[in-house]
Amino acid sequence: MTTSAAVHREARPGPPPPKAGEKGYAPYLIPGALGFLVVVLVPFVMNIAISFTSWSGIGTPSFVGLENYQRLIHDQMFWSAFEHSIWFIVAMAVVPTALGLFLAAVLFDYIEPRFGQRASSSLRAGLYLPQVLPVAVAGVVWGWILNPYGAINAVLEQLGVEDPPNWLGDTSWALPSVMAVLVWMQLGYGLVIFMAGMARIDPQFHEAAELDGASWLGRFRHITVPEMRPEIFVVLLTTTIAALKVFGPVYVLTKGGPGDATNVPSFYSYSNFFGSLQVGYGAAVATILTLVVILLAVVFIKIQSKTEGAQ
Amino acid sequence: MTLTKEASATTAVARRSRPKLRRGPAADRDSRRRSRRGLTHWIVLALLALATLLSLFPFFLAAINAIKTAEDYTAHGPLALPRSFDLSAITDFWQNVDYTNKLINSVLISGGVAIFGTVISLFNAFALGIGRIKARRALLVLLLLATTIPQEALIYPLYYMANETGLYDTKLVVVIISSVLSSAFGTYLLASVLSSFPKEILEAARMDGASRWQVLRLVVVPVIWPTLTVLMTFFFIWTWNDFFLPLIMLTSNENQTASVALGSLQGQYTSSPTSLAAASLMGILPAVAFFLIFQRTLTRGAVAGAVK
Repeated sequence: MTTSAAVHREARPGPPPPKAGEKGYAPYLIPGALGFLVVVLVPFVMNIAISFTSWSGIGTPSFVGLENYQRLIHDQMFWSAFEHSIWFIVAMAVVPTALGLFLAAVLFDYIEPRFGQRASSSLRAGLYLPQVLPVAVAGVVWGWILNPYGAINAVLEQLGVEDPPNWLGDTSWALPSVMAVLVWMQLGYGLVIFMAGMARIDPQFHEAAELDGASWLGRFRHITVPEMRPEIFVVLLTTTIAALKVFGPVYVLTKGGPGDATNVPSFYSYSNFFGSLQVGYGAAVATILTLVVILLAVVFIKIQSKTEGAQ
Repeated sequence: MTLTKEASATTAVARRSRPKLRRGPAADRDSRRRSRRGLTHWIVLALLALATLLSLFPFFLAAINAIKTAEDYTAHGPLALPRSFDLSAITDFWQNVDYTNKLINSVLISGGVAIFGTVISLFNAFALGIGRIKARRALLVLLLLATTIPQEALIYPLYYMANETGLYDTKLVVVIISSVLSSAFGTYLLASVLSSFPKEILEAARMDGASRWQVLRLVVVPVIWPTLTVLMTFFFIWTWNDFFLPLIMLTSNENQTASVALGSLQGQYTSSPTSLAAASLMGILPAVAFFLIFQRTLTRGAVAGAVK
């Protein structure tokens, strides 16, 4: 009885348009859903499945259970790759966010009121420009500048430094050099977002603080930084994730070397896939990396919603 | 006791702040302070200008060394302004890597992704934002999660599937994969734009008997066209800059993109610094051209992407 009533109600032609609407719109999801299935979902599941096998990429993979993951735990290369990730987070997220916020504040409420918008926006454009370069191009430019006979060493030799280091080829200099290049590349991203965000702050805050005799640094600490919290959060989150995934700069500048001095998880999985043909092991590295990235995103968002709730 | 302390504190503050409001005898001191402050302004400006020059220095270095002769380079070093003018490093590089072909590949692939990625995003967003399909929140969260998955976790199966279907080393496979991957962001952006689409317009069109397809094509697309062009610009440049996917999918010389061709140069030309500078410059020029043409779109987009 009840079911037939329900059916009857649903079949009734009249008003309830939402249901009818949903059906009519569903076909528009087909291309996207199909693409998502083939390009993201199936490969993602396949990759996890591959991580439980030993496979060279040819023939049938043989199931080995958790062996790849057990091997990871004792793999020095794997741990050092994640250790380097922390340095990449410093170079791509922490330093550019801090420096970008400071420079944005200087440009926005120091330079702009005194020298006009033209001055501040051309400085901004100059600092942003490295962001628009393809990673590969930035890599070629810096690879050339940092090479043993490149521009930097030419300057150092002119300054009388004897035997300047081989920046990208020396185990102790490679990581700091790559980090410096990344700071150069990333600075503009935060800068632009922070400057856009600062337009949102009510100028009365600054005026009131200025009348109370607050210094520029005081206003930066007590007004700009707290007001910029949402932007800082977004920039830190996106750049930290980007730093964990970093591949291009490492590939182009050092190929993870010398030795494993600049090896990172994404490059390590790549070299297992296509270099040493240990596809199962590479898949395990990629799976762990995915887990770390998603975990980090969740933690970040939890913290953010907690602080928002507290306010 | 405490009360008097507080009271004296307030008067002290009042006394200290009063001279600021009063113009008069202190004006002389004020102007002296202002000129000292004026100097600080210029110092800050100079420091920032220096930082900006530092940030632009690699561009400048590539430019001046790309147009030198090799002899000029060895004689005067990379920092000296060119005393010779010679385009042979550029033309040599251009011919060696067949750069025309690489640029055409990049344009085709990036253009394809700009169009297909935007169409997929538009269709998705039409269903989610205007159709308000059930579970749309869940779908959007799923899409956001998908964007955080590192490409390394997808690449081997994709590589394998491409090989099995005979699509490996074709531009098409890069276009398909990149379109789908970038449509996650596009869907998210457009769905939020479309969920605030004026209901009156949609209802008016429906009253006139327009089908959903007509509503999409004749009403929605013209209204959100500016957003669609921003999205297309974005997808074009992202794909142009992309390195990982074309590096793995496009192995043959004739299919390679400009980005990959330049990225694999490193270490090849170390003996010829002017050639490397020329290659750098040829990579820089299109990127800077895009930047100048789309500067507003890009910065606005970076902000929209962040605050999405």
